Amino acid sequence: MSALIQAHHLYKSYRDTHAVIDVSIELQQGEILGLLGPNGAGKSSCLQMLCGVLAPSAGEILINGADLLDKPNQAKRNIGYLPDKPPLYPELTVNEYLNYAANLRRVKKSQIKNLREQAIQHCGLEDHSTRLIGNLSKGYQQRVGIAQAIIHQPDIIILDEPTVGLDPIQLAEIRQLILKLGKQHGIILSTHILPEVQAVCSRVQMIHQGKSVFNKTIQDLKQNHKIRLQLQRNIDLESIKQLPGVDTAKQTADNTFLLCGEQLHNSLAGISQHCVENSWGLIELSPIDNTLEQIFLNLTSGEDAHHNEQAS
Amino acid sequence: MILQIALRELRSLFLSPLAWIILGVIQAIMAWKFLGFIDYFFTIQADLIKIKDAPGVTDLVIAPLFDFSKVLLLIICPLITMRLLSEEKQSGSIKLLLSSPVSMTEIVLGKYLGALLFFIIVILITGIMPLSLLSSADLDMGKFASGMLGQFLTIAAFTALGLYMSAVSSQPVNAAAGTFGLLILFSIINIAGNATTEGNNFFNYISITHHSIQMLRGIVNTADIAYFILFSIGFILLSIRQLDSQRMQS
Repeated sequence: MSALIQAHHLYKSYRDTHAVIDVSIELQQGEILGLLGPNGAGKSSCLQMLCGVLAPSAGEILINGADLLDKPNQAKRNIGYLPDKPPLYPELTVNEYLNYAANLRRVKKSQIKNLREQAIQHCGLEDHSTRLIGNLSKGYQQRVGIAQAIIHQPDIIILDEPTVGLDPIQLAEIRQLILKLGKQHGIILSTHILPEVQAVCSRVQMIHQGKSVFNKTIQDLKQNHKIRLQLQRNIDLESIKQLPGVDTAKQTADNTFLLCGEQLHNSLAGISQHCVENSWGLIELSPIDNTLEQIFLNLTSGEDAHHNEQAS
Repeated sequence: MILQIALRELRSLFLSPLAWIILGVIQAIMAWKFLGFIDYFFTIQADLIKIKDAPGVTDLVIAPLFDFSKVLLLIICPLITMRLLSEEKQSGSIKLLLSSPVSMTEIVLGKYLGALLFFIIVILITGIMPLSLLSSADLDMGKFASGMLGQFLTIAAFTALGLYMSAVSSQPVNAAAGTFGLLILFSIINIAGNATTEGNNFFNYISITHHSIQMLRGIVNTADIAYFILFSIGFILLSIRQLDSQRMQS
């Protein structure tokens, strides 16, 4: 089965500034992709290009195999999009607005009521369906925004900072909703809240200064364990590689080694014991924190991004 | 799809007080003016009998009323059309339209039709007023119909221009100011046509007033109709192009 979204080498320039430079994004069925980046990194521009709101300066976007530029109507049918600011009409009621959104997405007349009820139920809007959107609180407006993005049951749901302005309870509910939707649909969400990504996403892509600097699954992130080992004595690399749980090792400085291995976190005791028994003079044995936050800060702190990508 | 967008637009209009205020104010002013024209007709009625082929009530009441109505339409048109696209751009709700499987042409035509439907309501309720004379006077229904056609074509052209200004600007107030200025310009540009001998045909030709005035006299000319249709289509096409190019740039 082909990917839901295949976007290759996207560029977007506004006059002199290059907002997006050679970013490629792919999305598979059942995947929740988190798009991370500091403010102004080009996340929103990327998402807007993926759903046809912005035309890319260069690049190709295939939605379910249909080219977004050649066959926009066919491609856009499969997309539900929530912009950073929900596109609401405050003078309409929730029901009226969702009917309009469903009509725009070319939902069959006979199905509109049914799908609308489902979307309302998904987003917990049952008690507010006849209220004016303008009178709803920000959190509920956000939910209406999500409801319009999922009402036509698109294959792809694109959410631009969906949890902004929500209280902690709503936050948890929306995360649950995203997880639930993620089973049947492909979801891309952008955010700069790191725990959110770790909570819901299956893959993370980081964008910094318009470039894609990191792209890994959460699974990979969790398994990526490293230890820094510093010794007093000069030990050759081969002996270090024999340590329990070590898959690969490299020397980073005099008597300092970087150990990698999937089972490394279970072998800390074994390694220290080995060092002591052989009188290697153990000075430091520290797991390197490989959280998303660390990576994010490393990548965006202005250092050479590629260098960091290799190091991580 | 065009109709869906148009009906949403119309509905939003009537959910805001603006539409009701405009309808009320227009009706009140027109009624006052209507009364004035009828009063005037009564004062000169006695003299009219002496003249052979004297102008009738259609010429002396309905034609000036419709002529005056165009001034009102010129004033209210920017108020309605300014919001069409620029408000959606400002609030970000245009992203819903742009990310939906709807072409730019459908968006623009839907918006245009929505505003036009409102103005059709306006000219219909003001058109009913002179019809009340039917009970006591002989109206020239041909002239009345051609006057209504003129009203419709004029507002169709106004709306297209307003829509384009709304597509160009990102703030409704700017769109209103631009529409207002251009509408007045197109209405008075034939003054230059009357003043100079050379090139007056051109200024007359591009003037809205020059083309609408004939219809008040009951003359329906294909050239005039073509002018209004071309004017409307031209600005609608420009709006579509404008939105498309904004999608490329912004």
